[in-house]
Amino acid sequence: MEQLKLVAVSAGLSSPSSTRLLADRLAEAAQERLAEQDRKVEVEVIELRDLATAIANNLVTGFPSPTLGAAIDAVTKADGVIAVSPIFTASYSGLFKSFFDLVDPQALTGKPVLVAATGGTARHSLALDHALRPLFAYLRALVVPTAVYAASEDWGSSGDEYTEGLPARIRRAGGELAELMASRPARDESTDEPGEYERQLADLRFD
Amino acid sequence: MQFGIFTVGDVTTDPTNGRAPTENERIKATVAIALKAEEVGLDVFATGEHHNPPFVPSSPTTMLGHIAARTENLILSTSTTLITTNDPVKIAEDYAMLQHLADGRVDLMMGRGNTGPVYPWFGQDIRQGIPLAIENYALLHKLWREDVVDWEGKFRTPLQGFTSTPRPLDGVPPFVWHGSIRSPEIAEQAAFYGDGFFHNNIFWPAEHTRRMVALYRKRYAHYGHGTPEQAVVGLGGQVFMRKNSQDAVREFRPYFDNAPVYGHGPSLEDFTEQTPLTVGSPQQVIDRTLGFREVVGDYQRQLFLMDHAGLPLKTVLEQLDILGEEVVPVLRKEFANLRPAGVPDAPVHPAVAAARGNGTHGPAGTTGTTGTPGTPGKED
Repeated sequence: MEQLKLVAVSAGLSSPSSTRLLADRLAEAAQERLAEQDRKVEVEVIELRDLATAIANNLVTGFPSPTLGAAIDAVTKADGVIAVSPIFTASYSGLFKSFFDLVDPQALTGKPVLVAATGGTARHSLALDHALRPLFAYLRALVVPTAVYAASEDWGSSGDEYTEGLPARIRRAGGELAELMASRPARDESTDEPGEYERQLADLRFD
Repeated sequence: MQFGIFTVGDVTTDPTNGRAPTENERIKATVAIALKAEEVGLDVFATGEHHNPPFVPSSPTTMLGHIAARTENLILSTSTTLITTNDPVKIAEDYAMLQHLADGRVDLMMGRGNTGPVYPWFGQDIRQGIPLAIENYALLHKLWREDVVDWEGKFRTPLQGFTSTPRPLDGVPPFVWHGSIRSPEIAEQAAFYGDGFFHNNIFWPAEHTRRMVALYRKRYAHYGHGTPEQAVVGLGGQVFMRKNSQDAVREFRPYFDNAPVYGHGPSLEDFTEQTPLTVGSPQQVIDRTLGFREVVGDYQRQLFLMDHAGLPLKTVLEQLDILGEEVVPVLRKEFANLRPAGVPDAPVHPAVAAARGNGTHGPAGTTGTTGTPGTPGKED
Protein backbone atom coordinates (compact mmCIF):
# COMPACT_ATOMS: atom_id res chain seq x y z
CA MET A 1 0.00 0.00 0.00
CA GLU A 2 1.21 3.45 -0.90
CA GLN A 3 2.14 5.74 1.97
CA LEU A 4 -0.43 8.47 2.48
CA LYS A 5 0.39 12.12 2.86
CA LEU A 6 -1.43 14.25 5.42
CA VAL A 7 -0.84 18.00 5.52
CA ALA A 8 -1.97 20.10 8.48
CA VAL A 9 -2.21 23.85 7.93
CA SER A 10 -2.10 25.93 11.09
CA ALA A 11 -2.85 29.65 11.05
CA GLY A 12 -1.94 30.15 14.71
CA LEU A 13 0.06 33.28 15.38
CA SER A 14 1.61 32.84 18.81
CA SER A 15 4.35 30.45 19.79
CA PRO A 16 3.54 28.08 21.31
CA SER A 17 0.12 28.17 19.71
CA SER A 18 -3.06 26.36 20.73
CA THR A 19 -4.05 26.31 17.03
CA ARG A 20 -0.86 24.39 16.25
CA LEU A 21 -1.49 22.13 19.24
CA LEU A 22 -4.96 21.32 17.93
CA ALA A 23 -3.56 20.65 14.44
CA ASP A 24 -1.00 18.24 15.90
CA ARG A 25 -3.59 16.40 18.01
CA LEU A 26 -5.90 15.99 15.02
CA ALA A 27 -3.04 14.70 12.87
CA GLU A 28 -2.13 12.17 15.56
CA ALA A 29 -5.74 10.98 15.78
CA ALA A 30 -5.89 10.44 12.03
CA GLN A 31 -2.52 8.73 12.09
CA GLU A 32 -3.61 6.34 14.85
CA ARG A 33 -6.76 5.34 13.02
CA LEU A 34 -4.81 4.72 9.82
CA ALA A 35 -2.23 2.70 11.77
CA GLU A 36 -5.03 0.41 12.96
CA GLN A 37 -5.60 -0.37 9.27
CA ASP A 38 -1.87 -0.84 8.67
CA ARG A 39 -1.74 2.32 6.59
CA LYS A 40 1.36 4.43 6.89
CA VAL A 41 0.98 8.17 6.75
CA GLU A 42 3.50 10.95 6.48
CA VAL A 43 2.45 14.11 8.28
CA GLU A 44 3.62 17.61 7.34
CA VAL A 45 2.58 20.66 9.33
CA ILE A 46 2.57 24.06 7.63
CA GLU A 47 2.72 27.05 9.97
CA LEU A 48 1.31 30.02 8.09
CA ARG A 49 2.97 32.46 10.51
CA ASP A 50 6.34 31.54 8.98
CA LEU A 51 4.93 32.29 5.52
CA ALA A 52 3.11 35.53 6.37
CA THR A 53 5.40 37.85 4.37
CA ALA A 54 5.64 35.40 1.48
CA ILE A 55 1.84 35.17 1.35
CA ALA A 56 1.50 38.97 1.22
CA ASN A 57 4.18 39.17 -1.48
CA ASN A 58 2.44 36.53 -3.55
CA LEU A 59 -0.79 38.52 -3.38
CA VAL A 60 1.13 41.50 -4.77
CA THR A 61 3.35 39.82 -7.38
CA GLY A 62 1.21 36.88 -8.46
CA PHE A 63 3.79 34.19 -7.85
CA PRO A 64 4.98 32.35 -4.70
CA SER A 65 8.46 32.39 -3.22
CA PRO A 66 10.15 28.96 -3.32
CA THR A 67 9.19 28.18 0.32
CA LEU A 68 5.58 29.21 -0.13
CA GLY A 69 5.47 27.35 -3.44
CA ALA A 70 6.54 24.19 -1.63
CA ALA A 71 3.76 24.66 0.97
CA ILE A 72 1.11 25.17 -1.72
CA ASP A 73 2.46 22.13 -3.54
CA ALA A 74 2.25 20.03 -0.37
CA VAL A 75 -1.43 20.93 0.13
CA THR A 76 -2.16 20.29 -3.54
CA LYS A 77 -0.60 16.82 -3.48
CA ALA A 78 -1.85 15.74 -0.04
CA ASP A 79 -4.24 12.81 0.41
CA GLY A 80 -5.88 14.69 3.26
CA VAL A 81 -5.73 18.18 4.75
CA ILE A 82 -6.31 19.45 8.26
CA ALA A 83 -7.08 23.18 8.20
CA VAL A 84 -7.00 24.99 11.53
CA SER A 85 -7.55 28.69 12.08
CA PRO A 86 -8.03 30.90 15.09
CA ILE A 87 -11.42 32.61 14.95
CA PHE A 88 -10.95 36.35 14.46
CA THR A 89 -13.91 38.74 14.19
CA ALA A 90 -16.47 35.97 13.68
CA SER A 91 -14.52 34.08 11.00
CA TYR A 92 -11.23 32.46 9.96
CA SER A 93 -8.19 34.73 10.18
CA GLY A 94 -7.13 36.85 7.22
CA LEU A 95 -3.86 34.96 6.98
CA PHE A 96 -5.69 31.64 6.76
CA LYS A 97 -7.95 32.92 3.97
CA SER A 98 -5.06 34.55 2.11
CA PHE A 99 -3.19 31.24 2.03
CA PHE A 100 -6.14 29.33 0.62
CA ASP A 101 -6.70 32.17 -1.87
CA LEU A 102 -3.32 31.24 -3.33
CA VAL A 103 -4.09 27.53 -3.71
CA ASP A 104 -5.44 26.63 -7.14
CA PRO A 105 -9.26 26.54 -6.98
CA GLN A 106 -9.20 22.98 -8.35
CA ALA A 107 -6.45 21.73 -6.04
CA LEU A 108 -8.77 20.56 -3.27
CA THR A 109 -11.49 19.06 -5.43
CA GLY A 110 -12.51 15.74 -3.90
CA LYS A 111 -9.84 15.95 -1.22
CA PRO A 112 -10.73 14.98 2.37
CA VAL A 113 -10.45 18.05 4.59
CA LEU A 114 -10.93 18.34 8.33
CA VAL A 115 -11.71 21.84 9.55
CA ALA A 116 -10.95 23.01 13.05
CA ALA A 117 -10.63 26.25 14.95
CA THR A 118 -9.56 27.76 18.22
CA GLY A 119 -10.87 30.71 20.18
CA GLY A 120 -11.13 32.28 23.58
CA THR A 121 -14.73 31.25 24.11
CA ALA A 122 -17.00 28.48 22.83
CA ARG A 123 -19.47 31.13 21.67
CA HIS A 124 -17.60 31.37 18.35
CA SER A 125 -17.71 27.65 17.57
CA LEU A 126 -20.32 27.94 14.81
CA ALA A 127 -17.83 29.96 12.74
CA LEU A 128 -16.60 26.50 11.71
CA ASP A 129 -19.90 25.72 10.04
CA HIS A 130 -20.69 29.24 8.89
CA ALA A 131 -17.26 30.19 7.53
CA LEU A 132 -14.75 27.35 7.17
CA ARG A 133 -17.15 24.70 5.87
CA PRO A 134 -18.56 26.91 3.06
CA LEU A 135 -15.03 27.94 2.04
CA PHE A 136 -14.04 24.32 1.50
CA ALA A 137 -17.42 23.47 0.00
CA TYR A 138 -16.71 26.13 -2.63
CA LEU A 139 -13.39 24.43 -3.32
CA ARG A 140 -15.29 21.13 -3.72
CA ALA A 141 -13.37 19.48 -0.91
CA LEU A 142 -14.88 16.56 1.03
CA VAL A 143 -15.22 18.18 4.44
CA VAL A 144 -15.58 15.55 7.19
CA PRO A 145 -18.78 15.76 9.25
CA THR A 146 -17.10 16.54 12.56
CA ALA A 147 -15.48 19.97 12.81
CA VAL A 148 -13.49 20.54 15.97
CA TYR A 149 -13.60 23.76 17.94
CA ALA A 150 -11.29 24.20 20.91
CA ALA A 151 -12.05 27.07 23.26
CA SER A 152 -9.47 27.93 25.92
CA GLU A 153 -11.58 26.16 28.57
CA ASP A 154 -11.66 22.94 26.52
CA TRP A 155 -7.97 22.36 27.19
CA GLY A 156 -8.76 21.99 30.90
CA SER A 157 -12.14 20.28 31.06
CA SER A 158 -13.72 16.99 30.16
CA GLY A 159 -17.08 16.34 28.59
CA ASP A 160 -20.41 16.64 30.34
CA GLU A 161 -23.68 14.78 29.99
CA TYR A 162 -24.49 16.69 26.79
CA THR A 163 -21.14 16.98 25.01
CA GLU A 164 -18.05 14.91 24.48
CA GLY A 165 -14.81 16.43 25.70
CA LEU A 166 -12.15 17.75 23.34
CA PRO A 167 -10.13 14.48 23.17
CA ALA A 168 -13.22 12.50 22.11
CA ARG A 169 -14.11 15.07 19.45
CA ILE A 170 -10.54 15.02 18.16
CA ARG A 171 -10.63 11.21 17.98
CA ARG A 172 -13.94 11.21 16.12
CA ALA A 173 -12.87 13.88 13.60
CA GLY A 174 -9.45 12.30 13.07
CA GLY A 175 -11.14 8.95 12.52
CA GLU A 176 -13.53 10.38 9.94
CA LEU A 177 -10.63 11.96 8.06
CA ALA A 178 -8.64 8.69 8.20
CA GLU A 179 -11.56 6.69 6.78
CA LEU A 180 -11.90 9.05 3.82
CA MET A 181 -8.16 9.08 3.19
CA ALA A 182 -7.89 5.29 3.32
CA SER A 183 -10.72 4.76 0.86
CA ARG A 184 -9.43 7.36 -1.58
CA PRO A 185 -8.27 6.10 -4.95
CA ALA A 186 -4.55 6.26 -5.68
CA ARG A 187 -3.23 9.60 -6.92
CA ASP A 188 -3.19 10.00 -10.66
CA GLU A 189 -0.25 11.77 -12.21
CA SER A 190 -1.87 14.35 -14.43
CA THR A 191 -0.20 15.49 -17.62
CA ASP A 192 -0.33 18.93 -19.16
CA GLU A 193 -1.28 17.65 -22.61
CA PRO A 194 -3.94 20.06 -23.85
CA GLY A 195 -5.86 17.49 -25.86
CA GLU A 196 -9.10 19.42 -25.82
CA TYR A 197 -7.47 22.51 -27.29
CA GLU A 198 -5.84 20.49 -30.00
CA ARG A 199 -9.30 19.45 -31.13
CA GLN A 200 -10.67 22.98 -30.80
CA LEU A 201 -7.82 24.38 -32.92
CA ALA A 202 -8.17 21.64 -35.50
CA ASP A 203 -11.88 22.44 -35.82
CA LEU A 204 -11.07 26.06 -36.58
CA ARG A 205 -8.31 25.47 -39.08
CA PHE A 206 -9.61 26.49 -42.47
CA ASP A 207 -6.52 26.21 -44.62
CA MET B 1 18.97 36.88 -32.96
CA GLN B 2 16.82 39.98 -32.60
CA PHE B 3 17.17 42.43 -29.70
CA GLY B 4 14.74 45.15 -28.88
CA ILE B 5 12.52 46.84 -26.36
CA PHE B 6 8.87 46.62 -25.46
CA THR B 7 6.78 49.21 -23.71
CA VAL B 8 3.59 49.05 -21.70
CA GLY B 9 2.90 52.75 -22.18
CA ASP B 10 2.04 53.50 -18.56
CA VAL B 11 1.74 57.05 -17.26
CA THR B 12 3.27 56.64 -13.82
CA THR B 13 4.31 59.24 -11.28
CA ASP B 14 8.06 59.44 -10.81
CA PRO B 15 8.36 58.44 -7.13
CA THR B 16 11.53 60.49 -6.68
CA ASN B 17 9.89 63.85 -7.48
CA GLY B 18 6.15 63.18 -7.45
CA ARG B 19 5.75 64.27 -11.05
CA ALA B 20 3.73 62.38 -13.68
CA PRO B 21 4.11 63.13 -17.38
CA THR B 22 1.07 64.35 -19.29
CA GLU B 23 -0.37 61.96 -21.87
CA ASN B 24 1.16 64.10 -24.57
CA GLU B 25 4.58 63.94 -22.92
CA ARG B 26 4.31 60.18 -22.50
CA ILE B 27 3.33 59.66 -26.12
CA LYS B 28 6.17 61.86 -27.40
CA ALA B 29 8.57 60.12 -25.03
CA THR B 30 7.53 56.76 -26.46
CA VAL B 31 8.38 57.98 -29.95
CA ALA B 32 11.74 59.33 -28.73
CA ILE B 33 12.46 55.94 -27.12
CA ALA B 34 11.65 54.09 -30.36
CA LEU B 35 13.89 56.42 -32.39
CA LYS B 36 16.65 55.90 -29.84
CA ALA B 37 16.24 52.15 -30.20
CA GLU B 38 16.98 52.45 -33.90
CA GLU B 39 19.86 54.86 -33.28
CA VAL B 40 21.64 52.49 -30.88
CA GLY B 41 21.25 49.54 -33.26
CA LEU B 42 18.38 47.58 -31.72
CA ASP B 43 16.19 45.49 -34.03
CA VAL B 44 12.70 45.70 -32.57
CA PHE B 45 10.36 48.20 -30.93
CA ALA B 46 7.08 46.82 -29.61
CA THR B 47 4.22 48.79 -28.08
CA GLY B 48 1.49 47.55 -25.80
CA GLU B 49 -2.21 48.13 -26.38
CA HIS B 50 -4.44 49.34 -23.58
CA HIS B 51 -7.87 50.87 -23.32
CA ASN B 52 -7.84 52.26 -19.81
CA PRO B 53 -5.85 54.80 -17.81
CA PRO B 54 -3.04 55.09 -16.79
CA PHE B 55 -1.99 53.72 -20.18
CA VAL B 56 -1.78 55.76 -23.40
CA PRO B 57 -1.29 53.31 -26.31
CA SER B 58 -4.87 52.62 -27.40
CA SER B 59 -4.01 53.02 -31.08
CA PRO B 60 -0.85 51.02 -31.82
CA THR B 61 -0.83 51.29 -35.62
CA THR B 62 -1.09 55.10 -35.45
CA MET B 63 1.95 55.12 -33.19
CA LEU B 64 3.85 52.50 -35.19
CA GLY B 65 3.01 54.17 -38.53
CA HIS B 66 4.50 57.42 -37.25
CA ILE B 67 7.62 55.62 -36.04
CA ALA B 68 7.84 53.74 -39.34
CA ALA B 69 8.06 57.04 -41.19
CA ARG B 70 10.94 58.17 -39.01
CA THR B 71 13.04 55.00 -39.00
CA GLU B 72 14.80 52.84 -41.56
CA ASN B 73 15.59 49.50 -39.97
CA LEU B 74 13.57 49.04 -36.82
CA ILE B 75 11.05 46.18 -36.85
CA LEU B 76 7.76 47.47 -35.43
CA SER B 77 5.83 45.09 -33.28
CA THR B 78 3.26 44.90 -30.49
CA SER B 79 3.26 43.66 -26.92
CA THR B 80 0.50 42.74 -27.22
CA THR B 81 -2.30 43.16 -29.76
CA LEU B 82 -5.61 42.28 -28.11
CA ILE B 83 -6.90 39.39 -30.17
CA THR B 84 -9.88 39.00 -27.84
CA THR B 85 -11.49 42.45 -27.91
CA ASN B 86 -10.36 43.78 -31.30
CA ASP B 87 -12.22 42.81 -34.41
CA PRO B 88 -9.88 40.45 -36.26
CA VAL B 89 -10.97 42.07 -39.53
CA LYS B 90 -9.71 45.44 -38.32
CA ILE B 91 -6.44 43.88 -37.13
CA ALA B 92 -5.98 42.32 -40.59
CA GLU B 93 -6.57 45.68 -42.29
CA ASP B 94 -4.60 47.90 -39.90
CA TYR B 95 -1.48 45.77 -39.77
CA ALA B 96 -1.44 45.04 -43.49
CA MET B 97 -1.60 48.80 -44.08
CA LEU B 98 1.22 49.32 -41.59
CA GLN B 99 3.22 46.59 -43.28
CA HIS B 100 3.02 48.42 -46.63
CA LEU B 101 3.95 51.78 -45.11
CA ALA B 102 6.87 50.23 -43.22
CA ASP B 103 8.11 48.22 -46.21
CA GLY B 104 7.62 44.95 -44.37
CA ARG B 105 9.18 45.96 -41.05
CA VAL B 106 6.18 44.72 -39.10
CA ASP B 107 5.26 41.76 -37.00
CA LEU B 108 2.86 41.48 -34.09
CA MET B 109 2.25 39.62 -30.90
CA MET B 110 -1.18 38.38 -29.94
CA GLY B 111 -2.32 38.62 -26.35
CA ARG B 112 -5.61 38.29 -24.52
CA GLY B 113 -5.51 41.23 -22.12
CA ASN B 114 -6.32 40.70 -18.46
CA THR B 115 -8.27 43.86 -17.62
CA GLY B 116 -11.77 42.62 -16.87
CA PRO B 117 -13.85 45.69 -17.85
CA VAL B 118 -12.13 46.06 -21.24
CA TYR B 119 -14.00 42.98 -22.43
CA PRO B 120 -17.53 44.31 -21.83
CA TRP B 121 -16.47 47.78 -23.03
CA PHE B 122 -15.76 46.12 -26.37
CA GLY B 123 -18.80 43.86 -26.23
CA GLN B 124 -17.04 40.71 -25.06
CA ASP B 125 -16.87 38.47 -21.98
CA ILE B 126 -13.56 37.77 -20.23
CA ARG B 127 -14.72 34.25 -19.39
CA GLN B 128 -14.56 33.60 -23.13
CA GLY B 129 -10.95 34.85 -23.31
CA ILE B 130 -9.38 31.67 -24.63
CA PRO B 131 -12.17 30.78 -27.12
CA LEU B 132 -12.07 34.40 -28.38
CA ALA B 133 -8.29 34.24 -28.84
CA ILE B 134 -8.59 30.98 -30.73
CA GLU B 135 -11.50 31.87 -33.00
CA ASN B 136 -10.44 35.46 -33.72
CA TYR B 137 -6.92 34.39 -34.62
CA ALA B 138 -8.20 31.64 -36.89
CA LEU B 139 -10.12 34.32 -38.81
CA LEU B 140 -7.16 36.74 -38.90
CA HIS B 141 -4.91 33.96 -40.19
CA LYS B 142 -7.37 33.21 -42.97
CA LEU B 143 -7.95 36.87 -43.92
CA TRP B 144 -4.23 37.32 -44.60
CA ARG B 145 -3.95 34.13 -46.64
CA GLU B 146 -7.13 33.95 -48.69
CA ASP B 147 -8.19 36.75 -51.03
CA VAL B 148 -11.90 36.08 -50.68
CA VAL B 149 -13.18 34.84 -47.35
CA ASP B 150 -16.46 33.19 -46.42
CA TRP B 151 -16.57 32.74 -42.69
CA GLU B 152 -18.88 32.09 -39.79
CA GLY B 153 -18.00 31.82 -36.11
CA LYS B 154 -19.44 32.20 -32.65
CA PHE B 155 -18.29 35.70 -31.79
CA ARG B 156 -18.43 37.87 -34.87
CA THR B 157 -20.94 38.62 -37.57
CA PRO B 158 -20.41 36.23 -40.53
CA LEU B 159 -18.49 37.25 -43.64
CA GLN B 160 -19.54 36.36 -47.16
CA GLY B 161 -17.24 37.21 -50.04
CA PHE B 162 -15.07 39.50 -47.94
CA THR B 163 -11.62 40.66 -49.03
CA SER B 164 -9.40 42.32 -46.46
CA THR B 165 -7.45 45.17 -48.03
CA PRO B 166 -4.69 46.00 -48.52
CA ARG B 167 -3.47 42.46 -49.13
CA PRO B 168 -0.26 41.70 -47.19
CA LEU B 169 2.88 43.17 -48.76
CA ASP B 170 4.11 40.82 -51.54
CA GLY B 171 1.53 38.30 -50.35
CA VAL B 172 3.51 37.60 -47.16
CA PRO B 173 1.50 38.10 -43.96
CA PRO B 174 3.23 39.71 -40.98
CA PHE B 175 4.89 37.13 -38.74
CA VAL B 176 2.87 36.50 -35.60
CA TRP B 177 3.99 35.78 -32.07
CA HIS B 178 1.61 34.60 -29.37
CA GLY B 179 2.30 35.96 -25.93
CA SER B 180 1.19 34.34 -22.73
CA ILE B 181 2.45 34.14 -19.18
CA ARG B 182 0.55 31.17 -17.86
CA SER B 183 -1.92 29.72 -20.37
CA PRO B 184 -0.76 26.47 -21.95
CA GLU B 185 -3.59 26.84 -24.50
CA ILE B 186 -1.76 29.82 -26.04
CA ALA B 187 1.52 27.89 -26.27
CA GLU B 188 -0.52 25.18 -27.98
CA GLN B 189 -2.05 27.74 -30.37
CA ALA B 190 1.39 29.13 -31.32
CA ALA B 191 2.65 25.59 -31.91
CA PHE B 192 -0.40 24.64 -33.97
CA TYR B 193 0.20 27.44 -36.50
CA GLY B 194 3.99 27.25 -36.40
CA ASP B 195 3.97 30.86 -35.16
CA GLY B 196 6.33 32.32 -32.59
CA PHE B 197 5.79 32.04 -28.85
CA PHE B 198 6.76 34.92 -26.58
CA HIS B 199 7.02 34.64 -22.83
CA ASN B 200 6.95 37.91 -20.93
CA ASN B 201 9.43 36.35 -18.48
CA ILE B 202 9.26 39.32 -16.13
CA PHE B 203 6.85 38.60 -13.36
CA TRP B 204 7.38 34.92 -12.84
CA PRO B 205 10.24 32.65 -11.79
CA ALA B 206 12.34 31.21 -14.60
CA GLU B 207 11.14 27.68 -13.90
CA HIS B 208 7.67 28.72 -15.00
CA THR B 209 9.00 30.21 -18.25
CA ARG B 210 10.94 27.00 -18.85
CA ARG B 211 7.82 24.85 -18.61
CA MET B 212 5.76 27.06 -20.93
CA VAL B 213 8.48 27.23 -23.60
CA ALA B 214 9.19 23.49 -23.33
CA LEU B 215 5.50 22.78 -23.92
CA TYR B 216 5.47 25.08 -26.96
CA ARG B 217 8.60 23.47 -28.43
CA LYS B 218 7.26 19.96 -27.95
CA ARG B 219 3.92 20.81 -29.55
CA TYR B 220 5.61 22.75 -32.40
CA ALA B 221 7.35 19.51 -33.35
CA HIS B 222 4.13 17.53 -32.81
CA TYR B 223 2.38 19.67 -35.44
CA GLY B 224 5.18 19.01 -37.91
CA HIS B 225 6.72 22.46 -38.22
CA GLY B 226 10.24 21.27 -37.42
CA THR B 227 12.26 20.04 -34.49
CA PRO B 228 11.61 21.45 -31.01
CA GLU B 229 14.89 23.36 -31.34
CA GLN B 230 13.61 25.10 -34.48
CA ALA B 231 10.54 26.58 -32.79
CA VAL B 232 10.57 30.38 -32.68
CA VAL B 233 10.88 31.68 -29.12
CA GLY B 234 10.96 35.21 -27.74
CA LEU B 235 11.53 36.36 -24.19
CA GLY B 236 10.97 39.52 -22.24
CA GLY B 237 13.42 40.88 -19.75
CA GLN B 238 13.71 43.76 -17.39
CA VAL B 239 17.00 45.48 -16.56
CA PHE B 240 18.40 48.62 -15.05
CA MET B 241 22.10 49.34 -15.50
CA ARG B 242 24.81 51.65 -14.33
CA LYS B 243 28.55 51.25 -14.69
CA ASN B 244 28.63 50.48 -10.99
CA SER B 245 26.09 47.90 -9.83
CA GLN B 246 25.59 49.64 -6.45
CA ASP B 247 24.66 52.84 -8.29
CA ALA B 248 22.13 50.93 -10.39
CA VAL B 249 20.51 49.45 -7.28
CA ARG B 250 20.42 52.80 -5.46
CA GLU B 251 18.90 54.63 -8.43
CA PHE B 252 16.36 51.97 -9.38
CA ARG B 253 15.14 51.06 -5.89
CA PRO B 254 12.51 53.84 -5.49
CA TYR B 255 11.09 52.94 -8.92
CA PHE B 256 11.01 49.26 -8.00
CA ASP B 257 9.50 49.87 -4.56
CA ASN B 258 6.65 51.90 -6.06
CA ALA B 259 6.21 50.07 -9.36
CA PRO B 260 2.54 49.61 -10.29
CA VAL B 261 2.77 45.84 -10.74
CA TYR B 262 4.97 44.51 -7.96
CA GLY B 263 5.69 47.55 -5.79
CA HIS B 264 5.10 47.45 -2.05
CA GLY B 265 5.68 43.73 -2.11
CA PRO B 266 8.94 41.78 -2.08
CA SER B 267 12.30 43.49 -1.73
CA LEU B 268 14.32 44.36 -4.82
CA GLU B 269 16.81 41.71 -3.71
CA ASP B 270 14.17 38.94 -3.39
CA PHE B 271 12.53 39.88 -6.69
CA THR B 272 15.89 39.94 -8.47
CA GLU B 273 16.65 36.49 -7.12
CA GLN B 274 13.25 35.00 -7.89
CA THR B 275 12.58 36.55 -11.32
CA PRO B 276 14.74 37.49 -14.32
CA LEU B 277 14.91 41.17 -13.23
CA THR B 278 18.53 42.32 -13.29
CA VAL B 279 19.68 45.55 -11.65
CA GLY B 280 23.41 46.04 -11.88
CA SER B 281 26.34 46.53 -14.23
CA PRO B 282 26.18 45.91 -17.99
CA GLN B 283 28.26 42.77 -17.44
CA GLN B 284 25.70 41.43 -14.94
CA VAL B 285 22.96 42.01 -17.51
CA ILE B 286 25.01 40.21 -20.16
CA ASP B 287 25.60 37.21 -17.88
CA ARG B 288 21.99 36.97 -16.74
CA THR B 289 20.60 37.30 -20.27
CA LEU B 290 22.95 34.65 -21.64
CA GLY B 291 21.61 32.46 -18.83
CA PHE B 292 18.09 32.61 -20.33
CA ARG B 293 19.45 30.30 -23.02
CA GLU B 294 19.97 27.63 -20.37
CA VAL B 295 16.32 27.99 -19.38
CA VAL B 296 14.54 27.97 -22.76
CA GLY B 297 17.18 26.83 -25.26
CA ASP B 298 18.50 28.90 -28.17
CA TYR B 299 15.92 31.55 -28.89
CA GLN B 300 15.24 34.18 -31.49
CA ARG B 301 14.09 37.39 -29.88
CA GLN B 302 14.98 39.21 -26.67
CA LEU B 303 12.95 42.27 -25.73
CA PHE B 304 13.69 44.43 -22.71
CA LEU B 305 11.22 46.52 -20.74
CA MET B 306 13.02 49.83 -20.13
CA ASP B 307 10.52 52.66 -19.75
CA HIS B 308 8.05 51.91 -17.00
CA ALA B 309 7.38 52.68 -13.34
CA GLY B 310 7.86 56.42 -13.79
CA LEU B 311 11.47 56.37 -14.99
CA PRO B 312 12.17 59.77 -16.63
CA LEU B 313 12.81 59.89 -20.38
CA LYS B 314 16.39 61.07 -19.88
CA THR B 315 17.16 57.99 -17.78
CA VAL B 316 15.48 55.66 -20.27
CA LEU B 317 17.52 57.10 -23.14
CA GLU B 318 20.70 56.63 -21.09
CA GLN B 319 19.68 53.03 -20.46
CA LEU B 320 19.20 52.50 -24.21
CA ASP B 321 22.68 53.90 -24.86
CA ILE B 322 24.16 51.38 -22.45
CA LEU B 323 22.03 48.59 -23.89
CA GLY B 324 22.98 49.39 -27.48
CA GLU B 325 26.64 50.15 -26.90
CA GLU B 326 27.76 47.78 -24.19
CA VAL B 327 25.25 44.96 -23.85
CA VAL B 328 23.64 43.98 -27.14
CA PRO B 329 26.86 43.81 -29.24
CA VAL B 330 28.29 41.31 -26.75
CA LEU B 331 25.03 39.36 -26.54
CA ARG B 332 24.80 39.15 -30.36
CA LYS B 333 28.27 37.71 -30.56
CA GLU B 334 27.93 35.32 -27.62
CA PHE B 335 24.50 34.00 -28.59
CA ALA B 336 25.66 33.50 -32.19
CA ASN B 337 28.72 31.55 -31.01
CA LEU B 338 26.64 29.32 -28.76
CA ARG B 339 23.88 28.65 -31.24
CA PRO B 340 24.09 25.35 -33.09
CA ALA B 341 23.51 25.21 -36.86
CA GLY B 342 19.91 24.48 -37.75
CA VAL B 343 18.39 26.86 -35.22
CA PRO B 344 16.72 29.51 -37.42
CA ASP B 345 16.45 33.24 -36.92
CA ALA B 346 13.06 34.80 -36.33
CA PRO B 347 11.26 35.13 -39.66
CA VAL B 348 11.25 38.59 -41.24
CA HIS B 349 9.51 39.81 -44.36
CA PRO B 350 11.54 39.07 -47.53
CA ALA B 351 11.64 42.83 -48.28
CA VAL B 352 13.35 43.37 -44.93
CA ALA B 353 15.80 40.57 -45.53
CA ALA B 354 16.57 41.98 -48.98
CA ALA B 355 17.03 45.49 -47.63
CA ARG B 356 19.56 44.13 -45.19
CA GLY B 357 21.46 42.62 -48.04
CA ASN B 358 21.58 39.06 -46.91
CA GLY B 359 19.85 37.81 -50.00
CA THR B 360 16.92 36.03 -48.41
CA HIS B 361 14.06 36.20 -50.90
CA GLY B 362 11.93 33.33 -49.80
CA PRO B 363 8.27 32.72 -49.23
CA ALA B 364 6.51 33.33 -45.93
CA GLY B 365 8.35 31.85 -43.05
CA THR B 366 11.74 32.10 -44.69
CA THR B 367 14.25 33.00 -42.07
CA GLY B 368 16.62 35.89 -42.30
CA THR B 369 19.26 37.27 -40.02
CA THR B 370 18.40 40.66 -38.72
CA GLY B 371 20.71 43.41 -37.69
CA THR B 372 23.89 41.41 -37.80
CA PRO B 373 26.05 43.05 -40.42
CA GLY B 374 28.42 40.65 -42.07
CA THR B 375 26.61 37.53 -40.96
CA PRO B 376 25.12 35.62 -43.85
CA GLY B 377 21.43 34.78 -43.52
CA LYS B 378 20.57 31.24 -42.68
CA GLU B 379 18.18 29.63 -45.11
CA ASP B 380 16.39 26.38 -44.72
